[in-house]
Amino acid sequence: MRPFTYERAASVDALRARGGDAARDGMKTSRAFVAGGTTLFDLMKLDVMQPDAVIDINPLANDLGRIEVGGNGLRLGALVRMSEAADDPRINRDFPVLAQSLTLAASPQLRNMASLGGNVLQRTRCHYFRDTSWANCNKRNPGSGCAALEGMNRIHAVLGASDNCIATYPGDFAQALIALDAVVEVQGRSGKRTLAFEKLHRVPADTPRIETVLEPGDLITAFLIPTIPAARRSAYLKIRDRESYEFALASAAVALDIANGQVRDARIALGGVATKPWRAREAEKALIGKKLDEDAARRAGEIAFQGAAPRAHNAFKVALGRETVARALMHAAQMEI
Amino acid sequence: MLDDADDKPCALSRRGFLGGASAAGAALPLVAEAATKPRTGRSVAAPDARAPAQVTLRVNGTDHPLSLDTRTTLLDALREKVGLTGSKKGCDHGQCGACTVHVDGKRVLSCLTLAVMVADKPVTTIEGLARPDGRLHPMQQAFIDRDAFQCGYCTPGQIMSAIACINEGHAKTHSDIREYMSGNLCRCAAYPNIVAAVKQARDVKEG
Ligand SMILES: Cc1cc2nc3c(=O)[nH]c(=O)nc-3n(C[C@H](O)[C@H](O)[C@H](O)COP(=O)(O)OP(=O)(O)OC[C@H]3O[C@@H](n4cnc5c(N)ncnc54)[C@H](O)[C@@H]3O)c2cc1C
Ligand code: SF4
Ligand code: FES
Ligand code: FES
Repeated sequence: MRPFTYERAASVDALRARGGDAARDGMKTSRAFVAGGTTLFDLMKLDVMQPDAVIDINPLANDLGRIEVGGNGLRLGALVRMSEAADDPRINRDFPVLAQSLTLAASPQLRNMASLGGNVLQRTRCHYFRDTSWANCNKRNPGSGCAALEGMNRIHAVLGASDNCIATYPGDFAQALIALDAVVEVQGRSGKRTLAFEKLHRVPADTPRIETVLEPGDLITAFLIPTIPAARRSAYLKIRDRESYEFALASAAVALDIANGQVRDARIALGGVATKPWRAREAEKALIGKKLDEDAARRAGEIAFQGAAPRAHNAFKVALGRETVARALMHAAQMEI
Repeated sequence: MLDDADDKPCALSRRGFLGGASAAGAALPLVAEAATKPRTGRSVAAPDARAPAQVTLRVNGTDHPLSLDTRTTLLDALREKVGLTGSKKGCDHGQCGACTVHVDGKRVLSCLTLAVMVADKPVTTIEGLARPDGRLHPMQQAFIDRDAFQCGYCTPGQIMSAIACINEGHAKTHSDIREYMSGNLCRCAAYPNIVAAVKQARDVKEG
C-alpha cells in the first residue's frame, strides 16, 4: 500500500471543499472518502486504488447513520451499516427485497463494517482489474485495452457491456434500490441534490473508468425509498457458485403489485449479469395486466435477456439469468403479505 | 416519475419525503455544524504521508499507546506492535475471517480495518476471552469439547465470530448458524463440529 494522509471529517460542510473523488474518475484519485474500508483498503492493498489522502467519514455517523421510516417512505443514511439495515424489522416487513439483498451479501463481519453508501460504490471483481500485473485494463489504465475480452470471462457481464469493458457490477443492494425507484441524496461542492438511483451508475461505453455520475467531492448522504404497493411483495434471489459468502452469478430483485389475480405493477432488476445495476423494463411491461403464472414468469425472463451479448465463458449466464428472473417472480407472486 | 427527480430537489426534502414522521430536526442537520473556513488544501503545506500517527489502541481492556504508519491495519498492529498473535492473517483481503476481532462489541475483520480508525474504541481479541484465573470462555471450551478444529489456524477467528453470532441472535437454528458463520472459512473443513460447538455454547449461555 502506498502512503497516504489520514483525516477525520469534522462535518459535511467542512468536507465540501475537500472531498474525495475516487468515486468518479479512475483509481489514481487524490482523495478518497472511507466508510467501512472494505472496498477501499482491499483495492489499496492491491495497488489498484492509490489515493494520497483518505478522509474518514465515520465521524459523521450522527447525521448519516440513521434509518428513518415515514409515511411516504424510508430514508437510509449513507453510513448505516449493511447489517443494521438487513436486521431492521421494519425493512424486513415493508421492503423485504432491500433486507434480503443485504443479508445475502458478503459476510456478517463485512456487513458490520460496510456502509450502504460505500456498498453502492464498490468496484468490480474482474480479475484483470484487481491484478495489476495485467497492464491492459481500460478501467484501471485508460486506453490500455481489456484483458477480459479474450481472457477468462466467466464472471463478466452479458448486458450493458462495450468493446472497452465487460466488467460486472458486483453488488446486490443496488438492484433492490433500482427496483424500488430509490432516490440518492448527494452533498456536492455546490450543495445538496437528489437524483434517481438508477442514474447513478453508468455503462462503460468508451470510458469504463468513469463508473458513476458523481463529481469530485460528492458525498452520498442518503437513500430515499418510496413506499409503493409493490414493495411488500418483493424479494431478492441470488444464484452463486457456493451457497453463501459469494458474489452473484445471476440475481434478480423483483417487486409485484397483484390485485384480483392481475399484475398491476412489476419491477425487475438484474445483478451479476450486467455492467451496472440493471432494470429490465420491457420484461416488466410484459407482465402488466397478466396473471403471474409460470408461463408469464418465464416469458419475462426471456425478455429480460433479449439483448444479451455473451462471451466465450459466460453464455451460461443467459440461461441462468432467465431462470433466476422466473423463479424470483414466482416466489414473489406466492408470498403471503 | 423520478426521472426528473434531479430537477425537483424540494419535492424530496427529508421532511416532505418522510411525510413528517420521525425526522428529528427541522432542517437537515448535516449543515448545522458551523464549518470552519473551507481549507483549500493547497494553501496548507502538504502533510507528510509517512509521518507516524500517535494512536492508543484499547485491546482487551489495556491501553496501548503506539506510533504507527497510517497504513497499519488493526491486524498488523495487534500482531506486530501489541504482540497479540492470536488473530491470524489468512488472506489479508477480507475473504477468510481468520482475522476476526470485536470492535465496540461487533465482529469485524481486522485486516480491512485501519488501526488509526479504531483508536479509543474497545477491541477484543481471542486473548481477551479467558477469565483472569485462566478459565476458558464457554465458546473456547465448546470448541475443545466438540473437537471443532484440526490445524487451528482459523480457530481464533471462528471463536470470535461464533460469540458474536450468538450475541446477534443469529444462532437460533442449524441453518442460521451455518449462514451466519459463513464468513469464516476452515481449510480443514471442521464445519460440522464448529456448528456443534456453537450450539453447545449457545445452550450453556441460555441454560
Ligand atoms: C470478500 C468480500 C465479499 C463480498 N461479497 C459481497 C457480496 O456478495 N455482495 C455485495 O454486494 N458486496 C460484497 N462485497 C463488497 C462489500 O459489500 C463492499 O466492499 C462494501 O459494501 C463497501 O462499503 P464500505 O463502507 O466498506 O466502502 P468503502 O471501502 O469505505 O468505500 C468504497 C468506495 O466508496 C467511496 N465512498 C464510501 N462512502 C461514500 C459516500 N458516503 N459518498 C461518496 N463516496 C463514498 C469510497 O471513497 C470508496 O471509493 C464483498 C466484499 C468482500 C471483501
Ligand atoms: S472487463 Fe473492464 S475491468 Fe475487466 S479487464 Fe476489461 S476493462 Fe478492465
Ligand atoms: S485475513 Fe482478514 S479476512 Fe482473511
Ligand atoms: S482448523 Fe484448520 S483451517 Fe480450520
